[in-house]
Amino acid sequence: MTRELTCIVCPMGCGLKVELDNDKIVSVSGNTCPRGKQYAINECTDPQRTVTTTMRCDGGVVSVKTDHTISKDKIFECMTIINSYFAPLPIHIGDVIIKDIFGANIVATQNKEAAWTIN
Amino acid sequence: MTDLVIIGGGPAGMSAALAAYESGIRDILILERDAALGGILQQCIHNGFGLHKFGQELTGPEYAWKYEKRVHELGIPYKLNTMVLDITYNKVITATNAEDGMFEIKAKAIILAMGCRERPKGALNIAGTRPAGIYSAGTAQKLVNIEGYMPGKNVVILGSGDIGLIMARRMTLEGAKVQAVCELMPYSGGLARNIEQCLNDFNIPLKLSHTVIEIHGKERLSGVTIAKVDDRRKPIMSTAEYIPCDTLLLSVGLIPENELSKSADIELSSVTGGAVVDQDRQTSVSGIFACGNVLHVHDLVDFVSDEAEIAGKCAAEYINGEKCSNISVNLKTDGRIRYTVPQRITQKKDITVYFRVSDVFRNVRINIKNGDKTVFSKKKNKVAPGEMESIQLKAELLDGVSELNLELEEV
Amino acid sequence: MYDVVIIGAGVVGGMLARTLSAYDLKICILEKENDVAMGASKANSGIVHAGFDAKENSLKAKLNVRGAELMPQIAEELGVKYKNNGSLVVGFNDEDVKTIKELYDRGCKNGVRRLRIIDQDELHELEPNISDKAICALHAPTGAIICPYELTIAAIGNAMDNGAELKLNFEVKKIQEHDGYWEIASDKDTVMSHYVVNAAGQYSDAVAKIIGDNSFTVHPRKGEYILLDKECGGLVSHTVFRTPTAMGKGILVSPTVDGNLLVGPTSEDISDKDETSTTIEGFRKLFDADTVKNIPFNKTITSFCGLRSVGSTGDFIISSIKRGFISAGGIESPGLSASPAIAEEIIDMLGVHGLVLCKKNDYNPYRRTAHWFREASVAAKNATIAQNHAYGRVICRCETVTEGEIIEAIHTNPGARDLDGIKRRTRAQMGRCQGGFCMPAIMRILSRELDIPYESISKSGGGSDVICGRTKETL
Repeated sequence: MTRELTCIVCPMGCGLKVELDNDKIVSVSGNTCPRGKQYAINECTDPQRTVTTTMRCDGGVVSVKTDHTISKDKIFECMTIINSYFAPLPIHIGDVIIKDIFGANIVATQNKEAAWTIN
Repeated sequence: MTDLVIIGGGPAGMSAALAAYESGIRDILILERDAALGGILQQCIHNGFGLHKFGQELTGPEYAWKYEKRVHELGIPYKLNTMVLDITYNKVITATNAEDGMFEIKAKAIILAMGCRERPKGALNIAGTRPAGIYSAGTAQKLVNIEGYMPGKNVVILGSGDIGLIMARRMTLEGAKVQAVCELMPYSGGLARNIEQCLNDFNIPLKLSHTVIEIHGKERLSGVTIAKVDDRRKPIMSTAEYIPCDTLLLSVGLIPENELSKSADIELSSVTGGAVVDQDRQTSVSGIFACGNVLHVHDLVDFVSDEAEIAGKCAAEYINGEKCSNISVNLKTDGRIRYTVPQRITQKKDITVYFRVSDVFRNVRINIKNGDKTVFSKKKNKVAPGEMESIQLKAELLDGVSELNLELEEV
Repeated sequence: MYDVVIIGAGVVGGMLARTLSAYDLKICILEKENDVAMGASKANSGIVHAGFDAKENSLKAKLNVRGAELMPQIAEELGVKYKNNGSLVVGFNDEDVKTIKELYDRGCKNGVRRLRIIDQDELHELEPNISDKAICALHAPTGAIICPYELTIAAIGNAMDNGAELKLNFEVKKIQEHDGYWEIASDKDTVMSHYVVNAAGQYSDAVAKIIGDNSFTVHPRKGEYILLDKECGGLVSHTVFRTPTAMGKGILVSPTVDGNLLVGPTSEDISDKDETSTTIEGFRKLFDADTVKNIPFNKTITSFCGLRSVGSTGDFIISSIKRGFISAGGIESPGLSASPAIAEEIIDMLGVHGLVLCKKNDYNPYRRTAHWFREASVAAKNATIAQNHAYGRVICRCETVTEGEIIEAIHTNPGARDLDGIKRRTRAQMGRCQGGFCMPAIMRILSRELDIPYESISKSGGGSDVICGRTKETL
């Protein structure tokens, strides 16, 4: 069986072809870098995604992400956990807010000193 | 008199400022209309930025912070909440803010880095009512990511530009149901990776060659009628389909914001909507440079930074009296290649020429011709309107030439 | 107990309230929407007609000519943009030539000054972009343009400054006659008044019916428009009409007082009094507008639709079947032009019904123009900004509207309460990006100034909520 994928590792969006024998990967083609090959393998075994979203904080929201990819089928569970949290202020890029959700930490991707106001 | 005034403190403005600083200019002022540096990246909380520049997958605010931090470290002055109202041909800038009121600055050089805006609904002449619930994708992005509010729960998106695709995923993650993304053209205007990770991951259908033909609902949007379009992009009425929804997001194109460029009598390109520039990103007005999305709409911020570095460095050369021009070569395109940046070359050196194509083509050659003679040729497997392409032009190709033609050949 | 209650905050109700506010009277305006000028006064051509259209001796003719005469001074007092740009009725064939001659004669009888018929050469000299096929035109130098909702807002604001009250979201459901006064009720509220004027526009027949007046009906006639970018405003300087037909004055092409170009209206009789959607057929008709060459429709900013209130008599209806209750219905074109004179006409009638008018000493006919900051010198602007920093913060980039001007629109009579209200008063969100950048900021200002939650900000009242709640809480 052949599976065709669009690589999401970088904006080039290479078209990948994965030859599968049942669930075993026989070969990957179409990639232009080693990371593309790894992506194709993951995609056929355990697809991985980075989750980027916001978390509630005093006066609004602050942007956060998983510092590693997590299993694609855990995205919504991950969102539910993030949505139940409240980020402390001040907060800075890279600060870990939640440790070890599905193998990744939730880190801030924005600096926020105090409650956001229009002025 | 200020050496260099940069209008806009987004990724282009900050990169340009840093590059000018590194080229020895110290008297720099960045004017930013928002309450913070970073521009539109502040609300682009998704990842995918910085692979070219930093070899990392950063979110928008993280990418912006890399530059903002440097601006702070180097002590480059900037004014926030400051709106530039006018620029003259003589490089006099009129601006206003709460602290200084209306003020004028005369600059030796100006870099335009105002970015772009989204094409609004009104421009599309969609029939129907005018209820609440219709937003440009970027406005929705600001509401969700910055303000923390949901514009709606049941969404149709018109236009498959990258912001529209990103918002399809973002709204889905926040619990909304995104029913479809309709795209007028037979191909998407966004990056292939975004179709994969923003639509396919969430089983959101991408309806190519479809458009919204009618808007329903008196106070709040209650639904849209969509239809397939023929190859002349006219709706086929027999395919009309009603989709109930409370929100319509529009991602139907970006327009460089060049009102200020017009006030300075800068020559604009009718194709890009931005200024016509040389290899240094100098506009038709000497000493006024442009970079980033105000010059032409980019697909990746990394290329914005590259372009802004050129503008910053060359503005420094201009201020120091080092900018020279020794040739005059116009770059022309064949229509299949829609435009190039730069459009003209005035100095003999190796140059990267950026371009966009007008349709999806596979197995093509990009040829550069001097008259009938092909002086350069490069093969590409696939080119698409949503993705910016580039070629390297060697200095020696510019010898004794007044015009070069870029052509796309299907092989 | 009020002396006069006016039902409907359109241009007729507004002009009446303002004129009455010069007298020692307790006045209240009732409006079913969340803002004033929400019906025909919001979406029409914005033309002050010279007065050659209406049949001689009709109320339309009399009040049009008189209203148009009064308008420049009223605009001046209210600080409303008014431009005497003149109008042209363009003819293409012999039939049109005949109609234009009739219009000329009629205009002269109606008392319209300086009317003349011009030939092709002069027409093209006046307007180089007129169709080459046009052979002659009626030139009415007294024709003018005005912004209809700006006029209505300013008139009601001035009336309020002089003591009149405004109740929004008051939809009249019941009217009861008592001995010497009337009781008017919505679902939530009741007011009492000695005199009532029904200026409910499209719904004036329905309001009249409540008191048993079935003497007239009003039906909606749709008019769709396209508004083009300011860079197109110079395509014509006059308001250019096609020669009229039974269905109205045809599609006009006109600059607006704000410098945009307006093309419209279409004309279609419908039955739904709230049906203001634009249609593909409507766009097609507008794209076919042929009086002016090369209209750049690719520069469209927005399209909209208004409803004319077409009365069953063919003329304006200003009538009464019960003492103390006057109805104004069927105020279609030239209703905007006639509105100051309609107010006078109604006041005369109220006098006949026994209303006593005593001039107030402290009546102030002037209202500070909403554009005062925009039009101020740099020095004056800086003095304002130094005192109030909000005038230094530009919120709407496309139209350069500051936070100070938005706050002012919220706190100046009649205060804006929703996003569209801000748009009509300040032009913020009306430019090229249509609010894409500034809408969230304007929502914050509205929320802060009115002390209401961000979530409850609406586009234009009712159920037109902009957002559905906070993220993280709507799952």
